[in-house]
Amino acid sequence: METVLRLMQNRRFWSMCAGFLGFFAVWYGSVKWVPLAPFGRLPDPVKVISEWLNPNPVFGISIFVKTYYYHILYSTYRATTAFFLALALGVPLGILMGWSRKFSDFASALLALLRPVPPLAWVPLAILILRGGEAAVIFVCFLVAFFATVLNTHAGVKSIDPDYFRAAACLGASRKDVLFDVIIPGALPNIFTGLQIAMGAAWFALAAGEMIAAQYGLGFLIMEAYNLVQTPTIVIGMATLGILGYISSAIIRLVGNRLMRWREEVIGVKS
Amino acid sequence: MALPAGEQVAPRECDRNGTAMAAVGGGVSIRKVSKVYDPEGARVVALYECSVEIAPGEFVALVGPSGCGKSTLLNILAGFDTLTSGEIYLNGKLLASVNRPLQPGPDRVVVFQHGALFPWKTVLENVMYGPLRQKAMTAEEAEKKAIDLLQRCGGLDRVATSYPTELSSGMQRRVEIIRALMNEPQVLLLDEPFRAMDTVSKTTMHQHLLEMYRMSRRTIVFITHDLEEAIYLADTAIVMTTRPGTVKKTLAVNLPRPRIPEMMSSREYLDLKRQAAEGVHEEARKAFERGEREQA
Repeated sequence: METVLRLMQNRRFWSMCAGFLGFFAVWYGSVKWVPLAPFGRLPDPVKVISEWLNPNPVFGISIFVKTYYYHILYSTYRATTAFFLALALGVPLGILMGWSRKFSDFASALLALLRPVPPLAWVPLAILILRGGEAAVIFVCFLVAFFATVLNTHAGVKSIDPDYFRAAACLGASRKDVLFDVIIPGALPNIFTGLQIAMGAAWFALAAGEMIAAQYGLGFLIMEAYNLVQTPTIVIGMATLGILGYISSAIIRLVGNRLMRWREEVIGVKS
Repeated sequence: MALPAGEQVAPRECDRNGTAMAAVGGGVSIRKVSKVYDPEGARVVALYECSVEIAPGEFVALVGPSGCGKSTLLNILAGFDTLTSGEIYLNGKLLASVNRPLQPGPDRVVVFQHGALFPWKTVLENVMYGPLRQKAMTAEEAEKKAIDLLQRCGGLDRVATSYPTELSSGMQRRVEIIRALMNEPQVLLLDEPFRAMDTVSKTTMHQHLLEMYRMSRRTIVFITHDLEEAIYLADTAIVMTTRPGTVKKTLAVNLPRPRIPEMMSSREYLDLKRQAAEGVHEEARKAFERGEREQA
């Protein structure tokens, strides 16, 4: 109850609501009253929401239909698998590159060459090598998430103030101590920025990958609805992807704030 | 000068008498140390045959305009940088020479200009860090000593569980000095630690530092470009010349301890300031003119 009351008094909350309302008003207005053919073909928000909440949806997808959740589960499974693979491989690699000059020279040229290849260009090769859509979609998502993770982790290690290394050396820290006491915590802010980007990139690649090579998933749902010209279902798929993307990045932010409580600025006590 | 009777004794005399104020810090002998950056190419001589003798427990201030090599000298002492020629002895033993590059270590702890407390560790974790990593103490011992030191340095134990970002810059600096003192270093190296502070905080910090010095009796090498600070704090103020950096003038500061702010208007203090100022201003002018020439 108290939380609700506080929310009611929060200016930012009302601004956010106003933003949403404005968006829906413009959407509704442009569909209903702008006499242009493209707007006429766009489903209006009322139509989309009533389909989304319909126990007997016209085009077969709503929150009351099991298949809808299959799509969500498949997409979430693929995106998170790719994300965790990128986390498990990208963070150590980025730290290693920041820790050892030699390794950095060795790896960075290769990364610089591979990174500009657009993720979707990997799809055909991935399908042929990995024999099928499932692994190929995950692989492509992993790839984009991996590059974001490695590069940001590496940048994070590079950004650590050299005085911290010197201070650690003065205080008798070994090379291993420096890794755990300086490099990892010092790079953590950038690592989490990288993970946020990686998660976003994974969803981005996922939607595209599922359109090409999958039997389930929100990307597939959107593509199927496109083939059948079911515009409300397309919008439902898009909105669901947006919500899932928001939730996943909120979780990462939460974990980050938890691990980096030292960053939260508190007003200092004056000496 | 208005000073309570019985306190007008210079610290080194106390040492000789073997009183409770005996120094526990190390004696440092810097002999003809030179540093040349890029010897094959540009040959920038940062230090040229610089010699300084520091007695155990002495508070030495190195003063000079920026670019005079005082930070280079400190970095060499700390083991962050190598020397091109000369030797450094600690307690009569060879510490560093050309063939014996020096590693940083807990016997010579640095307090940094911009502060280098680990922001991801609490005050207590920072202070305990040295002894724990050197495996010199158990966690309980380290915590007990850390709390004790924090408490004695102006009641800082009440912020033991805070993170450095929650502290004022003055408190951060004090915690960093305590973190250094935890290691019982032979020499404490302070690299312009109060540079970015306003005058009032600086004055407060001076009293804190003097108190910590009185308590610990460690040898201190204090780097600054502020002449008044150097004279007010140190037993010996060493004025350095600009590039190539070398010792221009050594001033024995015979002001009694404890030092109090009122001393800044005493005749002895003003005399010393005048003597040192001549040296520093000459050097600052030279540096300035050289800068202009290099610009032209």
